Parts: sequence; C-alpha cells; structure tokens
Amino acid sequence: MPEISRDEVRHLADLARIELDDAELDHLAPQLSVILESIASIAGVAAADIPPTSHALPLTNVYRDDVVVPCLTAEQALSGAPASEQQRFSVPRILGDEQ
Amino acid sequence: MSLLRKSAAELAAMLAAGETTSVELTQACLDRIAAVDGAVHAFLHVDAEGALAQAAASDARRAAGTPASELDGVPIAVKDVLATQGLPTTCGSKILEGWIPPYDATVVARLRAAGLPILGKTNMDEFAMGSSTEHSAYGPTHNPWDLDRIPGGSGGGSAAAVAAFEAPLAIGTDTGGSIRQPGAVTGTVGLKPTYGGISRYGLVAMANSLDQVGPVTRTVLDSALLHEVIGGHDPLDSTSIDQPLPALVAAAREGASGDLSGLRVGVIAELRGEGYQAGVQQRFDEAVALLVGAGAEVVEVSCPSFAHALAAYYLIMPSEASSNLARFDAMRYGLRVVPDVAKNGGSPSAEDVMRATRDAGFGDEVKRRIILGTYALSSGYYDAYYGQAQKVRTLISQDFAAAFELADVLVSPTAPTTAFRIGEKLDDPLAMYLNDVATIPANLAGIPGLSVPAGLAPEDGLPVGFQVLAPALADDRLYRVGAALEALLEKQWGGALLDQAPALEGAVR
Repeated sequence: MPEISRDEVRHLADLARIELDDAELDHLAPQLSVILESIASIAGVAAADIPPTSHALPLTNVYRDDVVVPCLTAEQALSGAPASEQQRFSVPRILGDEQ
Repeated sequence: MSLLRKSAAELAAMLAAGETTSVELTQACLDRIAAVDGAVHAFLHVDAEGALAQAAASDARRAAGTPASELDGVPIAVKDVLATQGLPTTCGSKILEGWIPPYDATVVARLRAAGLPILGKTNMDEFAMGSSTEHSAYGPTHNPWDLDRIPGGSGGGSAAAVAAFEAPLAIGTDTGGSIRQPGAVTGTVGLKPTYGGISRYGLVAMANSLDQVGPVTRTVLDSALLHEVIGGHDPLDSTSIDQPLPALVAAAREGASGDLSGLRVGVIAELRGEGYQAGVQQRFDEAVALLVGAGAEVVEVSCPSFAHALAAYYLIMPSEASSNLARFDAMRYGLRVVPDVAKNGGSPSAEDVMRATRDAGFGDEVKRRIILGTYALSSGYYDAYYGQAQKVRTLISQDFAAAFELADVLVSPTAPTTAFRIGEKLDDPLAMYLNDVATIPANLAGIPGLSVPAGLAPEDGLPVGFQVLAPALADDRLYRVGAALEALLEKQWGGALLDQAPALEGAVR
C-alpha cells in the first residue's frame, strides 16, 4: 500500500466533508500512514475463490406487512433540527455560485 | 454501602421480599454517584428525578403484587450511544451535544417496560471509537481500581459505573470489544451476544455488521438476567434473529454448581504468548487449570487467520463508520456550525456548513476512521483492501467453525494487558488498536463472547479478564462456563474480586 500523502488526506477529508486545517493535516496524515502500513498486510491473504462475508449471519430481505404503524410527529422529527420553518428542515443554500 | 454491593439478583430478591424499596435503592445509587463520580466520571448525564419517579412506580407495582419483571425496580445505567426519549444522547461527541432523541431504542424501551429505573447515561469513546474512553469529547472516565488508569473502552463509563458500585447493572455496546475489554480491565462481567441476539434499533451505528448491545454487570447471573430482559427478536431491527433466546439464566444457575464434566474447552493458540502481559497469561493459565479441575477437557486449537483479524477489522469497521457517520450533516439534528466566510466569498453553502460542522464536531479518532474508511472504499483500492477484508472475514469464520468441531467453547485472555495509564496511548492509534486483538475475531464472525474476572495480575495488582467464546446462538454456554469459573475463583478469593478494589469515598484526582 502506498504511503498516504498529505494531499491525499486533504482530498479524502474533502470527500468526507470534513474541513481540516494545516495543523490537523500535519497531525493526522502521518498517523494514517502508520495505520495503513499495518493493515496493508491483508493484500493477497485470501485466495480468489474465497467468498466475501459482508454480514456475520446469512441474511435475506426482511419484509413486514404494508400497514400503517405509529411514527414520529412532525414536531418530534423536527425537535432536534438546528433550524426549521413551516414544519420543514431549514438548510443553507444548496446550489453553488457556478450553478 | 452494603445495599450497593449486592448483586442485581440479590436486590431483586430483596425487592420481592419487601426488604428494600426501589426508591431506597435508586436513591442509594444516586448518593453514591454524587459521592464518587467526580473522581470516576462514569456518567455524562444523571437523571435523578426521572429515576426516582420510575422507582416509585416500581414500588407501587410491587406493592400491588404486579411486578413488571424479576428485575423490576433494580436501577441501571445506559451507555450514551442508545437513544433515550427525553434524555440527552451524545455518543460522547460534541456533534450531538444537547440532542434529546424523540424515541427510545428498543433495548431502552424493554428496560422501561421491565421496570428498571434509568439512572443516567454513561461516558464512552466518541461514537464508540476507542479502547480507553479517552476519546470522549467530555473527558475520560477513570478506572475505579486506579484513577490514573483507563477503564477500557469504548464502554468505559458503563464498566466503571458498575465497578464503582454506582449502579448494579449497565448497558454496553461491543463492535470490536467495547463491552468485554472494559469488563476485563475493571474486574467486571461483560457479554457481547450473538450478532442479531439483541436489537440494534436506536443504537447509533458505528459499524452495522459488527455492533451489538449487551449487559455490563458484576456477576455472571446478573448478566443472564439482564440479557433475558433486553434480548430476543425485534421487528424494528432487520438483522434481529427471529427465534427465542436460549435459556440463559438457567445456564448461569447450572454453571454456578461448578461442575463442567464433559465440556470441551479449546485454548486458542494464536491468542497468547508475545504481546500478552506475564500476569495476564498467568491468571489465564490458572483459570484454565480450574476448568480442568471442574471436569472440563482442554484442547489447543489453532485459528491461523486471526493473524489478519485486526487488519480486516480496521478496514471493515472504518468503511462502515465513514458511511454511517455521513448522517451527521448539520441539517436535521445535532451541531450546526456556519463558517464566517464561504470559500467563494458568498454566503456559506450547505456543503460549507457540513465541512465546518464536521470539523468542529468530530474528534481526532472519528476523523481518522472516517478518512480511513473513505480511503478503503475509494475506487482503485476497494478490491485490494475492503474486498480482501471481507474474504478474511470468511476465513476467520471458517477458523472458528473448525475450532468448534473440537471444542464446545473457546477461551483466551480478554485483553493482552491490564489497564494502562491515561494518556499513554492516546496519540499512538496503532498501540491503542492492539488492545482489541483478542476480542475482534468474535465480532467479525458474529459469535458471542463473555469476559469474566480472572484475578489480579501479580505485577501491578490490576484486574485480568478471561474470555469465553461460543458458536452463534449458543450464548447459554458462555453463561454456564462463566458462572462455573466465577464460582470456583470466588471460592479461592473468599469473595468477589471487586471486594479488593479501593474504596472511593473522598477520592480526588
């Protein structure tokens, strides 16, 4: 596994929507490199014919009857919202200036 | 204090016999919390008023001869990662500071239905990411055995609350060892059930395919009693097992006789030796000898793929976590930080707000894992790392299946060392991760695991945990073996291990 560069960490943090300043990048990038190095050993461990496991127990889709059950009221659902308006979540603008 | 030291089973019997009341008991716990939690810091939130009201209701039910359950009236502490209607739920994170869920987790709803007063919410590593509780945004919890040391993690608050006699029972969650490793280092009992055995509805997810809720207690029987209250099928959790729990309390009672004739115990060769503290290994070996004395047959089993378990875990868990924690987007609940100036000079966009909020709201360990998971799931790396990790998961399950051909239960030390000092490993993530080397394989395979106290390491006088693992759905075997070992050890010690813990009254740190 290639060492993870400072720029890569910046890019990954951007993909994950986390603003990292220079001090944080200096702090986290070398730590992430050490972690990645230690888990790189996994490459090539399992043969191609080993099936992957995504869940510990075999699962199939679980269905329920299509009936109305009690659920949160709008007030309850909005109770933790940083901002709300007319029974809706109020959010900052979602379009960029280029749009 | 004498009331506080009793087990939940004893307290339930006293409540049933009218020898105490839930109000008296709940008040005693609250007084204890007031006296020692300044030093221990097991709790993030204490709900004295709510707990006493629930206790009074319990006493009324007992008086009317209609208790809601055997444990009706026995107070409990709940890890702050489970949604509690009307009570703050922070997950140890600033991003959820002050959030009050509008609903109860299924486990919490079952506790309420069974009449257990909820004392409060316990401290934890942020979003359950850690092995020391030092990653809590609200400051670390301190180990009641030595306040300068960690209580394990991520559920250090629940383990410390029980070990410090602040609560007879607590709820924990275990993704890679977060119930069992704190149990080991605080001299308490912790059980992770079979995956799907206890509902995850209302558990704030770190890694869905690994997370499980479980009991945190001082005795094995108490764990079984609590497990039967919170376990079993829940239609609100689509990964919940749709079949009845095994007879857990009966297994614990049977095990307490100390007879393990005919039981085959497998010692896992890969979970010993290098990296394991001498005193941990010594107490483990002595415990195995006790099992032999009780009639068990011991064999050594080999699980060669365990060598890759930690690597597989640190690819799968962050991958799932990075996806799960995307929900903290500053839009629907939790923190919202609006940056002063947007990048383009205009008013901040939703993405600008998300970035600023997630930077301010998440701590270092959460950021590390989200970035690691984002990396592991990126195209170009996915097959080499995440895909490989999923295959290794298959190999680990195959190792367990082969080992369970030779043995009914498998055993190992729960954690390689006793409690380390606060601060010692905080900025060395890899050293921190190694704490879970013996507990992670059970999460990857979905099998149940139990940690019971095995004594104190001679070199430092700190608790050592003994781990028992069983095949999926055979959680009852853990209770049988755990209760037998507990009974045999307590006969040697002349009482509970926690009787040897320091008194905390007047403790300051």
